[in-house]
Amino acid sequence: MLQINNLHASIGGKEILKGINLVVKDGEIHAVMGLNGAGKSTLSNVIVGHPAYEVTQGSITFNGKDLLSLKPEERAHEGIFLSFQQPVEIPGVSMVNFMRAALNAKRKYQGLEPMPAGDFLKLMREKRSIVELDSKLTSRSVNEGFSGGEKKRNEIFQMAMLEPLLTILDETDSGLDVDALRVVAEGFNKLRRPESSAIVITHYQRLLDYLKPDVVHVLIDGRIVKTGGPELATEIESRGFDWIKEEAGL
Amino acid sequence: MSAARQYIDFFREVQGSITSRSCAEMNAQREAAFETFAAQGFPSQKVERYRYAKVEADFSPNYGIALTPLTGPLPPYCFRIADAASHARVIYNKVADTTDSIVALNSMLSVDTLVVHVPRGIRVEHPIQISNILKGEHDTMVSRRILIVMEEMAEADVIITDRAASQSRFLTNQVIEVVMKDGSHLSLYEIEETHLLCTRYSSVFVEQGRNSSLHHTCLTLFNGHTRNRLDVRLQGEGSEVTANGCVIADKMQRVDNNTLIDHQTPRCQSSELYKYVLDDSAVGAFAGKVLVREGAQKTMSKETNANLCATRSARMYTQPMLEIYADDVQCSHGSTVGQMDEAALFYMRQRGIDEREARLLLKAAFITEVIETIPLESLRDRLHVLVDKRLRGELSKCEGCKLCK
Repeated sequence: MLQINNLHASIGGKEILKGINLVVKDGEIHAVMGLNGAGKSTLSNVIVGHPAYEVTQGSITFNGKDLLSLKPEERAHEGIFLSFQQPVEIPGVSMVNFMRAALNAKRKYQGLEPMPAGDFLKLMREKRSIVELDSKLTSRSVNEGFSGGEKKRNEIFQMAMLEPLLTILDETDSGLDVDALRVVAEGFNKLRRPESSAIVITHYQRLLDYLKPDVVHVLIDGRIVKTGGPELATEIESRGFDWIKEEAGL
Repeated sequence: MSAARQYIDFFREVQGSITSRSCAEMNAQREAAFETFAAQGFPSQKVERYRYAKVEADFSPNYGIALTPLTGPLPPYCFRIADAASHARVIYNKVADTTDSIVALNSMLSVDTLVVHVPRGIRVEHPIQISNILKGEHDTMVSRRILIVMEEMAEADVIITDRAASQSRFLTNQVIEVVMKDGSHLSLYEIEETHLLCTRYSSVFVEQGRNSSLHHTCLTLFNGHTRNRLDVRLQGEGSEVTANGCVIADKMQRVDNNTLIDHQTPRCQSSELYKYVLDDSAVGAFAGKVLVREGAQKTMSKETNANLCATRSARMYTQPMLEIYADDVQCSHGSTVGQMDEAALFYMRQRGIDEREARLLLKAAFITEVIETIPLESLRDRLHVLVDKRLRGELSKCEGCKLCK
């Protein structure tokens, strides 16, 4: 599904990613772990096409398409969804209008007619209940006045509405208490289609207990220095990152 | 020949014809108005309240000057001044600032006045709509005059729209005088939806009695050059005014709102919210003064001007002013000028909303706050649609108007 080759990227002239190689197959969940500043969020931002980042070298292919030549919205239409670490508040834009615009933009890209209003509202209701998102929240402006937990649930709700092929969860666990984390993770598990893939960016084991990754990567200083199975996450939880650094000769 | 000279000579030439088409109350003010205008000419940018306007340039082109009285049937509670009650007629030019040369020019050239007169205790159920449609082959200047008299406890919604049905140059110089007696309520809406060759000067003067309340909304959706002045004198205790406005401008459009809220007595409230969305090389200005006079204790006043400049070449001048001569008051004033929220833009694009649409949603969202304050639900819904169309560039110049169908 996703193939990243020798990816170098910088922001404001500073190189953050220094040769990333990553292959995510259909239906796989990959965890990317690492300390602050390792480049985890840069990786997710580059995949979704954030304009502040410049790709200086390398390639990203998504289902055979050259991702780097596509605009952010086109990448979304192709099926890439980022659950933001800090979801943005957009006062004055209602959740309903926002979701309708997003969903119909994707349908247009796929050559489909806009979804009838009745069907759309039904779909909203259906998906909303799974992440226990209050109907009051979906009638408000996007993320405005939402608590931290509500914002993250709202991200998962949007994922469910848009049915992406690849979801990137960027530190979805940050700022969540244990209960909120469970609701978000369980919502993700229920709403994810089996053939879809995910990249889970996190510092901690906690979220991974729920999401059960197939592959775990460790990102240090802009490179993936170690890759393993789920047991690698457990080991990091008990031993930290230093031993990996040493092993990699950093 | 200076621009003012044109109008002076024109007036002298056609004075007889103007007088014969008009009525005694208006003619009685004409000579004094002429003298004021002849002495001052057009205000330069050195005149404080015209700091952001280019009056001389706006009035310079060679316009034909319309001198037509009102014709045809008028809606309920609306009269030509000659047919209005005598105690309403005499208010003519008593509320306006007669020292202002633009007002004087209006008093000099206006031949008729539309009087909206709502009697004591009457609640007008349906909104009174006044549509100004500019139409004609030739470049035309129009002097429009409206007098609204709300008797004690009267209630009404008045919607005034400005549209243009032909592509000529139009210059409108409008004066609206409003007298609100004790306990009256008025919602006054002004909606401009004209075209790039239209210039509008509007001066609105309001006097409010005890416990009266005014909700004024001024919307500039499409225009050429516009200068709106609003002066509200809170003369009766416990009176309230909400003065809101929104502006959507792009290309080379210019919009200037200039307001004065004059708290003369205790326990009055005022609230102002003006929002501008400026794109391309549009220029906006807002200068709003809240004056709290000595003795106007327990005044509550809030003034906000928030602006969104979508491009680097769009310009906004903002000047919120607060002058207080009483010591037991709650007043606030402030303004902001911001750019498009890049984080929100990217968030929307990541969800698949293309950049153009995302910008549009953000602009509409910015304006929404003003539209949402409109008490009249049907108008609010209509304006949401109009704003959306305007931002999409789909605003037909004269939608819904019989003349254009």
